[in-house]
Amino acid sequence: MHIVVCIKQVPDSAQIRVHPVTNTIMRQGVPAIVNPYDLFSLEEALRLKDVHGGRVTVITMGPPQAEAALRKCIAFGADEAILVTDRAFAGADTLATSYALASAITQIGKDQAVDMVFAGKQTIDGDTAQVGPGIAKRMDLQLLTYVSQVDALDLMTRTVRVQRRAEGGVQVLTTKLPCLVTMLEGSNEMRFASMDNMFRAARYQLKVWDRVAAGIDDVGKIGLKGSPTVVSKVFAPQARTQRAEIIDTESGEPRDIALTLLSKLFTQHPKLGEAISKRAT
Amino acid sequence: MAEKFDAIVVGAGPSGNAAAYTLAKSGLKVLQLERGEYPGSKNVQGAILYADALERIIPDFREDAPLERHIIEQRMWVLDDASFIGSHYRSDDFNKPPHNRYTIIRAQFDKWFSQKAQEAGVLLICETTVTDLIMDGTQVIGVRTDRLGGSIYADVVILADGVNSMLARKAGFRPELNPGDVALAVKEIHFMPEETIASRFNVSGDAGVVIEMIGKITKGMMGTGFLYTNKESLTIGVGCMLSDFKKQKISPNRLLEEMKSHPSIRPLIEGGEMKEYAAHLIPEGGYKAIPRIYGEGWLIAGDSGMFVNAVHREGSNLAMTTGRIAAETVIELAAQGKACSTKNLAAYRAKLDQSFVMKDMKKYQNLPDILHRNPQFLTTYPELLNQAAHIMLKVDGVDKKSKEKQIRSNFAHRRSLFGLVGDAYKMWRAFE
Amino acid sequence: MSEEKRVPVKKAGKGKYELSEQLKAYKGVWVFVEHERGEVHPVSWELLGEGRKLADTLGVPLSGVVLGAPGLATRRFCEEAFFHGADNCYLMEDAVLNNYRNQPFTKGLTDLVNAYQPEILLLGATTQGRDLAGSVATTLKTGLTADCTELNIDMENRSLAASRPTFGGSLLCTILTLNYRPQMATVRPRVMALPDRDNRRLGSIVEHPLGLIEADIVTKVLEYIPDNRQDKPQLAFADIIVSGGRGMKNPDNFQLIWDLALMLGAEVGASRPVVQAGWVEADRQVGQSGKTVRPKLYIAAGISGAVQHRVGMEGADVIIAINNDPNAPIFDFATYGIVGNAMTILPALTQAFKQRLAMAKMAG
Repeated sequence: MHIVVCIKQVPDSAQIRVHPVTNTIMRQGVPAIVNPYDLFSLEEALRLKDVHGGRVTVITMGPPQAEAALRKCIAFGADEAILVTDRAFAGADTLATSYALASAITQIGKDQAVDMVFAGKQTIDGDTAQVGPGIAKRMDLQLLTYVSQVDALDLMTRTVRVQRRAEGGVQVLTTKLPCLVTMLEGSNEMRFASMDNMFRAARYQLKVWDRVAAGIDDVGKIGLKGSPTVVSKVFAPQARTQRAEIIDTESGEPRDIALTLLSKLFTQHPKLGEAISKRAT
Repeated sequence: MAEKFDAIVVGAGPSGNAAAYTLAKSGLKVLQLERGEYPGSKNVQGAILYADALERIIPDFREDAPLERHIIEQRMWVLDDASFIGSHYRSDDFNKPPHNRYTIIRAQFDKWFSQKAQEAGVLLICETTVTDLIMDGTQVIGVRTDRLGGSIYADVVILADGVNSMLARKAGFRPELNPGDVALAVKEIHFMPEETIASRFNVSGDAGVVIEMIGKITKGMMGTGFLYTNKESLTIGVGCMLSDFKKQKISPNRLLEEMKSHPSIRPLIEGGEMKEYAAHLIPEGGYKAIPRIYGEGWLIAGDSGMFVNAVHREGSNLAMTTGRIAAETVIELAAQGKACSTKNLAAYRAKLDQSFVMKDMKKYQNLPDILHRNPQFLTTYPELLNQAAHIMLKVDGVDKKSKEKQIRSNFAHRRSLFGLVGDAYKMWRAFE
Repeated sequence: MSEEKRVPVKKAGKGKYELSEQLKAYKGVWVFVEHERGEVHPVSWELLGEGRKLADTLGVPLSGVVLGAPGLATRRFCEEAFFHGADNCYLMEDAVLNNYRNQPFTKGLTDLVNAYQPEILLLGATTQGRDLAGSVATTLKTGLTADCTELNIDMENRSLAASRPTFGGSLLCTILTLNYRPQMATVRPRVMALPDRDNRRLGSIVEHPLGLIEADIVTKVLEYIPDNRQDKPQLAFADIIVSGGRGMKNPDNFQLIWDLALMLGAEVGASRPVVQAGWVEADRQVGQSGKTVRPKLYIAAGISGAVQHRVGMEGADVIIAINNDPNAPIFDFATYGIVGNAMTILPALTQAFKQRLAMAKMAG
């Protein structure tokens, strides 16, 4: 069995800051990590490999530095890693990205047919959740998003059964390979890499593919040109017209402040006061 | 399959990188293990880089190392509650290349240094904690990590795992840290536009300023405050002995907050946005706290060996130098086909004794004790000095002679004449 | 209206563009009406409310799109869509559409778009909406903007200006889809206000066949296990939420949040750092990467109010912020602010509410 896992290197968004005056992003010192959602998909792929054999190939599209993210996946136990990198990819939105990745995965499949593709549910930097479905459509794979559990995989009948999170419950679905799966967060826990795999990752020579190696002829479908959406502006949120009314009392005692606040709350927002009072009965 | 290396370096800070780089450059098979996610990940703060120590390892480091500013001016401030008295030394000589000291951002610098080591052939593995040394009798023959199948063997293990050096302690090479031997420093990086830094500190281009501060800001605790100019940020922090923090029950956080609001400091950092905050331990026990630094198959370098000159606030240069000399010792033994035995590794200690490292460490060996037993140096004197300056500078119709008299009486009132002479003698002894 | 025929030739962002004749034919605003187990997801009605404004600005009709099994229930969804502002509905009824599945729904919605050519297509950013939107946009090779917090019409270009948080929720960006139609966007539940329901409103239904049989569909639904609603926090629809942030300092102090919430019969919310630190379960996270809420009262203690959090709660009617930093951004948009230590203010508030409620109870 051959599983391809799509990952992305992202800045650890919890550590990004915005310059207070210029509103520009201060990326300085922000560590790059493997998109946390991707790890749930990678772990699921590795588990399937543990049970059913075969191999796991990890792929990412990104700048040369994304190499570090792929290396990490090798440490976790992936067999191969491919970095798809080309200046022509710059400025890609999700449509152009899914095109490039689908092309690259098709190329991977020429070596050994791909049975399953895993992708992250979404990224923490883009949060779009569109690339996975995009790849599935372009490659005509059955799409299984928000999977909380892979119940069964039968390679003889090429059938997979999964539990998929829906809004009000869980769908139990069965489908045929090849398919694309995005895993729900918390559905598994990434393993702790063995020392051998750490050595392997440190020494691993990963494959670097440019646009041509990824099987892309038409530059009109990738990068900025292949992207229907354009960012017209980036801005800091507008302050509301009025700032909060600061509640303070002469004494500064918490008790007095609380009472002052409540009397304002109940007189200025009678409906809200009513709703709160109702809770007393 | 357990791997075997010529040398394993534990830690990828300045000391570990210096050791690993030097070893790999000579052609040895080196494995470096780092606990953090990547080199520098545990070190986000700004710091001072002393060119000389690095130059001896990577002569052309200035070509691509991430340096912030070279320092052309050093300010020493003694602070009272609302004032400071101090000296500034600025020299255009410091502005001429090759520069002598630089401000750096450790996270970036460590990453660069590690990259150099890897290019030299070091195999670096991060996110891996060395839990134990593998012993054969009294000889260290490898390390055990926290990972499955984590035993790795080597002819020699260099411990450069920092001030806590869990390994050295566990192996019994070093005693538990004495809170009186470690300082806890908190640092912040405040973002500030280049033009603001240039005008506020009177510098241009890549030139920068360092301010060292003692006095009331540490509330009688033994320690110093500091402020460095980086390219587009300021590093500001304060460090005091851990034992003092415990005694005074002051949080380092609050200490820094109060220091930042000092009327002499606040205007310098005004408008800056706090970007990073970090706390770390600095071994400041001085010469007397240095443990055994070599043995059967092992060496200790950097903070792990307590190599910090607290008086001159030098640490990273001692770390790099001890790391380099440890490596050179191993290289020489390897070239001669000699084992890394206790007897042969004694050359490491001998070399350090010959170098500025041990000489400087020895020079100030009594200072920590003196300051510790005599808090007046950090409380009473700053106050008296500031008062003296205030009295002399205030034009109020009082003649200068009377002012001098008042100052003298202030000093005598706060500290007996005997005490004053004694203090002067203690300080002279410590610095002699 | 004249706008309707206006040809956008102005430059937007970088460079001029002009919509091709073929794309100019795309007219109207569509909202995909999402339903599961016989219930329409409220996000669809919220989107109709927002879509109404867009359609009015453009001077075009607003349409609901309903795909489902044949029957009265599905037809009733169309009726509800009219009540919530739709002028008409595109209805696709087929037995294979009984449960949501990607393949038939993608084909159905794609076919409808190709046949009736809307200029804007909105979907809820739910597990169903996101699954479908990504697939449809790729199939149509058009642009899709996810998780929008604001939708406007850029009249100069007659295009949808979709704003969403970016860079980990610290900034907002506006995204345009210029040379492609339809312009697609998803919006998370509770981000837009629920419009008033007007059950006198009527509309027309346009029916369209799916043209797919069960045998063509690879994925099968074996079972549907509904959630046990009781054991999960229901933040999205709570009237009162008491939320704590990193400023609460430790999990012990966070108990003060629970105390106040219990007193008010409120839900407990939290900011991202608190959830990441594991003080409360992920279901309680409010913000861009958590839940969007629109309570009547939102009490935020020890929360600075970064965009990431703000976009999840600024729809609250009244916001009370407690923070010891007078410059915390939350005071820029809260209704009432208390600059002080949450650890002492919260117990005082709990006590004050307790007295109030006791008095109200006595008054009957």
